[in-house]
Amino acid sequence: MNSQYLQYRIHSKSNECIDVSSSGAWTLDNLRKIENALRAVPHVKKIIWDLSGVDDFDSAGVLLFIKYLEQFETDGAVEVIGYTEAQKDMYQLLNNSENRVLTSQRDNNFLQKIGKNTIDIYADIKEFATFIGHLFVAIANLIIRPKNMRFKEITYHAYESGFSALLIVGLTAFLVGMVIAYQGAVQLAKFGADIFIVDTVAISVVRELGPMITAIVIAGRSGSAYTAEIGAMKITEEISAMRTMGFDPYYFLVIPRLFALMITLPLLVFFADIFGILGGMFAAKMQLGLSVTQFVDRLYEVLDVKHYILGMIKAPVFAFVIATIGCYRGFKVSNNTESIGLHTTASVVNSIFVVIALDALFSVIYTGFGV
Amino acid sequence: MSVIKMSGIVTRFGDRTIHDGVSLHIEPNEIYGILGGSGSGKSVLMKEMIMLLEPNSGEIVVLDQSLRGISFAQAQALRQQWGVLFQFGALFSSMTIAENIEVQLKEHSDISKEMRARLVQSKIAMVGLEPFVGSLYPSELSGGMIKRAALARALSMEPKLLFLDEPTSGLDPVGARNFDKLIVELRDLLDITVVMITHDLDSIFSIVDRMAILANKKVVAEGSLRNVLQSQHPFVEEFFKNDYTKQKYLDKLDLKEVAGV
Repeated sequence: MNSQYLQYRIHSKSNECIDVSSSGAWTLDNLRKIENALRAVPHVKKIIWDLSGVDDFDSAGVLLFIKYLEQFETDGAVEVIGYTEAQKDMYQLLNNSENRVLTSQRDNNFLQKIGKNTIDIYADIKEFATFIGHLFVAIANLIIRPKNMRFKEITYHAYESGFSALLIVGLTAFLVGMVIAYQGAVQLAKFGADIFIVDTVAISVVRELGPMITAIVIAGRSGSAYTAEIGAMKITEEISAMRTMGFDPYYFLVIPRLFALMITLPLLVFFADIFGILGGMFAAKMQLGLSVTQFVDRLYEVLDVKHYILGMIKAPVFAFVIATIGCYRGFKVSNNTESIGLHTTASVVNSIFVVIALDALFSVIYTGFGV
Repeated sequence: MSVIKMSGIVTRFGDRTIHDGVSLHIEPNEIYGILGGSGSGKSVLMKEMIMLLEPNSGEIVVLDQSLRGISFAQAQALRQQWGVLFQFGALFSSMTIAENIEVQLKEHSDISKEMRARLVQSKIAMVGLEPFVGSLYPSELSGGMIKRAALARALSMEPKLLFLDEPTSGLDPVGARNFDKLIVELRDLLDITVVMITHDLDSIFSIVDRMAILANKKVVAEGSLRNVLQSQHPFVEEFFKNDYTKQKYLDKLDLKEVAGV
């Protein structure tokens, strides 16, 4: 059988030996046709393979040659003649790469994945604990030597994460207060207990929703910013540069952000409380026709200062969680831009989760104390 | 007396060994090159010298101070005696060039504001930058200017020891030679010791006094160019004794005999 690329001739004397001669362009474009021709070559004890007719070849052509050479060799002897130096070099290069054993083959079965993730999470928690430990040492040092306090940075971050967030925090709280009031109004109206809408809104906003909504908004807004800022500095080696100059990143990057947030988050919660109640007041007026005076009068009766304090206690705790997770994730960024995205996402998800979990814990504790 | 002495350094990342018993010593006032293929652990070795990483075992002594079990105060004092030029400058992006140079003076010294400003200007001039560059931000500078500005910052605490991570990478050939010249001038002028990671053959053949070649997790050759060229190690053969270096450097510098090629 003959094709443009391959001719073979069976020796007439015996059927034991055939001459194969290749010709034409052994390149990627023709690979399929050549392979079809190669398949047709019968299996015999000896093959003499003449390459002298090949006028063009590329690595794909040589790889095909290697594949069929190996296959023919399993049946019998193969003698290759008429090849050029260039073809030989290419053959050697590709043959070596063919024989390379893939050592880094990874089995990823289900159990292994669970095990690996567990170890990763364990290592992550351990690292976070180390981070918190370092942070407390830095804070303790700062108490001994307060002149290391970076007031300028603290005010800058207080402005960025506090003042700039007023609008979004106020608006979110207002809407949440409104939703609570609307939903409550429908139920309470059935019993003619309209006035209790004030209790529902005021206590739920001040004790639970105000702190939590603010914390969630700030986690998404400032926690992510902290991670991205510190992560970018990590990539450009600015943090290494700081270390070599003897500037502790905890003083320069972490503590200003932490203190700024611990100062501003309680203030933001206070702001959110006001707007949440205003939202409730607005909805009560619209839905139940409850006048502002009635609402405020009732508010005086039901909203003990205790509720306000219980809500406010949570704020610095949430601030601590958001700032430390945000900064910690920033330091975890490795040397590629993709990891900034991954860690920013992780930062927001982790801090929102921890905020909600802590909120649940606070509820349990408060109930335990009977307050 | 050596400025830096490393002995028996072993570094592992997970189960990957980077250094397996690296030893070298750096003498005062020399320009010392750290060479090796990519992944040979040059940068890691330098990071260990400047306390950004800690080796798994081995002893590092920098300016007569052992880094093992170093106290916080000692580490802070040591850090003020050296300057580091990072590969991509690592200038603080939120500060101008002048502020970048000034920041260490501000934090670690009590000199007056006016004196600081003068020092900053002198450093800017020393590295060959125009005075107005001081008021620019790092993002407004070209690659070569960033290197110079970063060098000015590294020099701000008047260090006796300067670490350079690939100082000429990313510079055009003329800029790179000027930078080499600058390093030699500063070494002579300020009497400092320079440790640099480099791949730049021009730098190696012209300004480096002594060097260490890292390969196979060890130092396979250390010493002056002549000493290193006598090594038969495959990496040295490949790096120094190929056709290109033969024609370009070894012939001209009469080093063919030494290299045995």
